[in-house]
Amino acid sequence: MNSLPRWMGALDRKLVRELWRMKIQALAIAFVIAGGVAVHLLAAGMLSSLQETRRTYYERYLFADIWAPTVRAPQHLIADIRRIEGVQAATTRIRVPALFAMEGMSAPATGEVLSLPDVGEAAVNRLHLVRGRLPAPGQRSEAVALQAFADAHGLEIGDTVPATLYGGRRRLTVVGIALSPEHVYAIGPGQFVPDDRLFGVLWMRRGALAQAVNQDEAFNEAVVRLSRDASEPAVIAELDRLLEPYGAPGAYGRADQISDAFVSSEIDQLATMGRVLPPIFLLVAAFLVNVVVSRLIAVQRAGIGLLKAFGYRDRDIIGHYLKLVAAIAATGVLIGGTAGIWLGRSMAELYMEYYRFPFLLFQADPADYATVVGVAMLTVMGGAALAVRRAAALNPAEAMTPAPPPDYSRTAGAWITRIKVLDQQSRMILRQIVRWPLRAALTVAGIAASGALLIGTMSMMDGIEVMIDSSFNVSNPHDVSVSFIEPRSRGALFSLAREDGVLASEPFRVVPVRLRHGAREERVAITGAPQDGTLSRMVDRHNRPVWPHPGGLILSSDLAAKLQVRAGDLVEAQVTEGRRPLLSLPVASVTTSYIGSQARMELQDLNRALGEGSQISGVWLTVDADRTEALYARLKETPQIAGVGLQAEAAKKLAAMLDENLGRSILIFVFFASLIASGVVYNTVRISFAERQRELASLRVLGFSRADVSYILLGEVAFLTLLALPLGAAAGTGLAWYLAHAMSSDLFRLPFAIAPATFGVAGAVVVLITVVASLMVRAQIDRLDMAEALKTGE
Amino acid sequence: MMCASDPSERPGLCFRARAVTRIYNSGAATVHALRGVDLDLPDGELVVVLGASGSGKSTFLNILGGLDTPTSGEVLFRGVDISRADQRQLTEYRRRHVGFVFQFYNLMASLTARENVALVTEIAEAPLTPEAALAMVGLENRLDHFPAQLSGGEQQRVAIARAVAKQPSVLLCDEPTGALDSATGVRVLEALKTVNDSLGATTLLITHNAAIAAIADRVVIFADGRVREVRKNADKRLPGEISW
Repeated sequence: MNSLPRWMGALDRKLVRELWRMKIQALAIAFVIAGGVAVHLLAAGMLSSLQETRRTYYERYLFADIWAPTVRAPQHLIADIRRIEGVQAATTRIRVPALFAMEGMSAPATGEVLSLPDVGEAAVNRLHLVRGRLPAPGQRSEAVALQAFADAHGLEIGDTVPATLYGGRRRLTVVGIALSPEHVYAIGPGQFVPDDRLFGVLWMRRGALAQAVNQDEAFNEAVVRLSRDASEPAVIAELDRLLEPYGAPGAYGRADQISDAFVSSEIDQLATMGRVLPPIFLLVAAFLVNVVVSRLIAVQRAGIGLLKAFGYRDRDIIGHYLKLVAAIAATGVLIGGTAGIWLGRSMAELYMEYYRFPFLLFQADPADYATVVGVAMLTVMGGAALAVRRAAALNPAEAMTPAPPPDYSRTAGAWITRIKVLDQQSRMILRQIVRWPLRAALTVAGIAASGALLIGTMSMMDGIEVMIDSSFNVSNPHDVSVSFIEPRSRGALFSLAREDGVLASEPFRVVPVRLRHGAREERVAITGAPQDGTLSRMVDRHNRPVWPHPGGLILSSDLAAKLQVRAGDLVEAQVTEGRRPLLSLPVASVTTSYIGSQARMELQDLNRALGEGSQISGVWLTVDADRTEALYARLKETPQIAGVGLQAEAAKKLAAMLDENLGRSILIFVFFASLIASGVVYNTVRISFAERQRELASLRVLGFSRADVSYILLGEVAFLTLLALPLGAAAGTGLAWYLAHAMSSDLFRLPFAIAPATFGVAGAVVVLITVVASLMVRAQIDRLDMAEALKTGE
Repeated sequence: MMCASDPSERPGLCFRARAVTRIYNSGAATVHALRGVDLDLPDGELVVVLGASGSGKSTFLNILGGLDTPTSGEVLFRGVDISRADQRQLTEYRRRHVGFVFQFYNLMASLTARENVALVTEIAEAPLTPEAALAMVGLENRLDHFPAQLSGGEQQRVAIARAVAKQPSVLLCDEPTGALDSATGVRVLEALKTVNDSLGATTLLITHNAAIAAIADRVVIFADGRVREVRKNADKRLPGEISW
């Protein structure tokens, strides 16, 4: 630091050397700023990257706006569909559920096979070929496989996949591996997280698939892209009118397309996180830095007085100190910016594991950079400017004399003197706090805010655990759910129940309906389950099972809210399959459901209402985990099975993803919250030390030990930390409550839950940080030079 | 305004103070630091100001230096009233005309001797070079030393060099030898004397130490917020001839 460039002015040299001397303190402040900046850039950048990637991908690969499934409709209807006003492009296709008997895996993989036009590429929902080619026209056994599925099974070009399509078994040869905008987030029935081994998608040429599933000159799904100003509801209504005679359950838009719904939910959550946490981080950081900087400058009053005595103008002096804090703030912004982008890049990679985009570049919007830099610099400089102005307003003679002893008599003196049990040091601590209540309050607020951020972010994990436990262990304790291609008689249940390894079984019936209440309508499925069944049931928030009254319906609270119904109301249910009866059903009760929307009835009531006799759509099973081979083998061979959901696998996968994905975000938040806490504590103690250096040195001269002196200094921050802990817990609880509400989406609702351990860990982290930061200053107390401290003015 | 002063108006008079009072209200107590000071100081003299603690000498020096303003009364610097000047004008006055030397040196610990002087020369109109100013106080070999590497006497001489580098009209020194032993103190006084002789700056030197009065052109004695005595020194000595 001795060899600075010659052109540098003396004041700037002072600046550089002082920054160097207070580098630890400056870094501590910079880290607080960096915390706010990094979290903001990360969240905002991830959000804009994901939005931009999705927009480009959908645009480039002609992602559909509307899906219109039917049972079997004549191909010539395509001309009518294309004529609907607002339809920009439309195509028809065949889409069938499939089971894949993959090598080296006993469990059956579920999935679907979709048709490509006989020649060329699709006009809607185009594939992104990663390698290989599309099936050759006329080739009956060639297929393109979804990349995730291919990777999970090590499928290469030329490998074959044994597939069961509507009971017919055939071997398909993989000729290409592709990504699809419809399968960004590819999940099977009963899954919430992609399990690439268990869910597969294949594409065949139309002619080949039509022949395999008996759909010649027909289609079972139309996909539509809308023109710019088209009305989605109007086009859907028109499609429904056109396709209803062909068994259409009703067309739906992107909001109900499972992959896009998950991507949207993720984007919404990122937006929420980005809206809530980073501003808190940035504001807390700005606020603390503001306080710290103003105290830092208050300590410099003698130096400011001296510069004024030399004839430096106020604006020179303000400029000088602004440069000092600007350097600190810029360091913080730089560290935070680098960390934010680096974290964003690794986060983007992680996203690519679950969200299969052909590309996902982490790219923060320049506006986001401008925001963080602006907010960070403004708040820091604002705080500094106020403090310097205050110091510069002093007349120089006064500023240069040591500040007069602060008057402790009025506010604090009397009553503390009367507390006889206190020793003198504790009295000093108490008076210091009572004399500057605002300063003490700000320190408490800073530490409490860090604690609250820790609790708030960690509580999301707690909520997820409650959600997983309630949804999987309590509500759906079955291991396997088997769904049939078409409703079948109960006999199907008995044949599966007798299989080796099956411990218990219960049947269920699912019918797609449109629930209506007044002008409100929702597309859902009503699940009929046996009364007093144990393998799948709805529960209340205390995990107690909820059963419908005879003939009544139970709705999950989100669905009830959307339909604006309460227990006791009547809803209209338009069944959209089979004979399509119109039912009027009483809502028996409304209860919580953390995952998805649910509507349930008693199985026999549902069958009675449908008037179709004792039909079931599938079976829930619990199995002996060691004896699943025979059952799985049987499932793979049974022709009437459309899909097999492995509940236990799904739960495991969900927990793993949340651990990895959300867990990592939370770790990042925890890290930055800790950084803020350490910045606050270190600076509080360090500045107290600077302010009271003479006093402390005098005490040492009087014969007080280092421990005595440390107690006076560190006792204050220890006391304030103790005050901050319950406040932080209260604020953290509030933040957790808010986050639970804000993070809930159509797909799942995050319960508000804070485990006792969360409070414990947050408290421990805050205490640990206080101790470590205090020890760092303690080392400086030990080096306190008594004679020097008493002699020098500065 | 301050700079447009015309020395010919009151030839030879640097400061003229009339009925100067300064009252501090600190909390409940009111302190009368100056109770009506009248004093004329000619240009170019070396003036030693003596007085007990609390006699008002430092307050008076601060007012002369434009660090503080009187509660009432009038202070003219070369005919211009500095007692009614606002902060901006006082800053300008200090910048152009006044050099300060303090008891505890008040050097910037983070700057070398040369840079401490440069701190002042960078904002002065016609300064000496830092090197020349430091040579004047005998520190030409200590240019790149930090305060921590200098003895107390050397630090004080850097402070003097810093004060004189701008070629001030007035040099105000508050207990410049207060923290120094006799031999070192003499070196500091020699430096001050050299500066006073070569630059012709009116030099005010506050001290507790009556022995130092021997080097002055004029001795002013403060007591109880007033000037008790002003005497011309007939038998002026060189700093090397005194000790304490």
